[in-house]
Amino acid sequence: MVLAIGVLGGGLAVVTLRNIIHSAVAMMVCFGSLAGMYALLGAPIVAAAQVLIYLGAISVLILFAIMLTQAGDANLPEPFHRQGPIAAIVSAIAAGLVIWAALATDWGLAVQTVAVNLEALATALFDQYALPFEIISLLLLAAIIGAIFLARRPEEDERAN
Amino acid sequence: MGIGAYLTVSALLFAIGAFGFMARRNAILMLICIELMLNAVNLSLVAFNAYQPGGALNGAVFSLMIMAVAAAEATVGLALVIAIIRTRQTAEVDQYDDLKE
Repeated sequence: MVLAIGVLGGGLAVVTLRNIIHSAVAMMVCFGSLAGMYALLGAPIVAAAQVLIYLGAISVLILFAIMLTQAGDANLPEPFHRQGPIAAIVSAIAAGLVIWAALATDWGLAVQTVAVNLEALATALFDQYALPFEIISLLLLAAIIGAIFLARRPEEDERAN
Repeated sequence: MGIGAYLTVSALLFAIGAFGFMARRNAILMLICIELMLNAVNLSLVAFNAYQPGGALNGAVFSLMIMAVAAAEATVGLALVIAIIRTRQTAEVDQYDDLKE
């Protein structure tokens, strides 16, 4: 319950706060609470991955991007588009439909949580899911090369030629 | 808490992310909102996996792979945003209107 409040409060703070640095910190609160939820659901390995990847890597990446691009918080612009109210209505309707579907469904046997067996997970990851695993590593390599290429300064480009 | 409660939290988080993506004007914040939506999907996958009788592992494996893809997406997305901000000197997406003419 506390974790749910952390997740949803953090998420709401992300989209409503005016200063984007505050939004990034609220995002870290949200991701940390999600890691707690994964641990509660009997998946500590997913919780550990969440802490490592989201709290560790992606949060720092986003904070660095904000530091590199924001010129200071002197005059913060209006945070929302004109279509803000419509967006709120649409997403509220979508959430209502999904929640209605989730609560109205009879989940049958799904009454208690089953903890993830770490050894079985490792075997599945490198046996049944070996090909996706390798494709993911290739994708990450491509992402690194693409990010370096995109974020390179144009001046270096001219000097190289 | 049953599976319905976890799915409710997941749906609400996804809606918050979708709202932020549609309503906010800052490009970096739109990327953060994409991360929120990916995390909402991850939460529902892990919840389905945990409540599945028989101890299947597909949900946990899928969520780990989604995290890797999300990391790749965040890297490339932030690099794109930094490149755009460097040329346009603004992070407001409604001023990226070069293709309008």
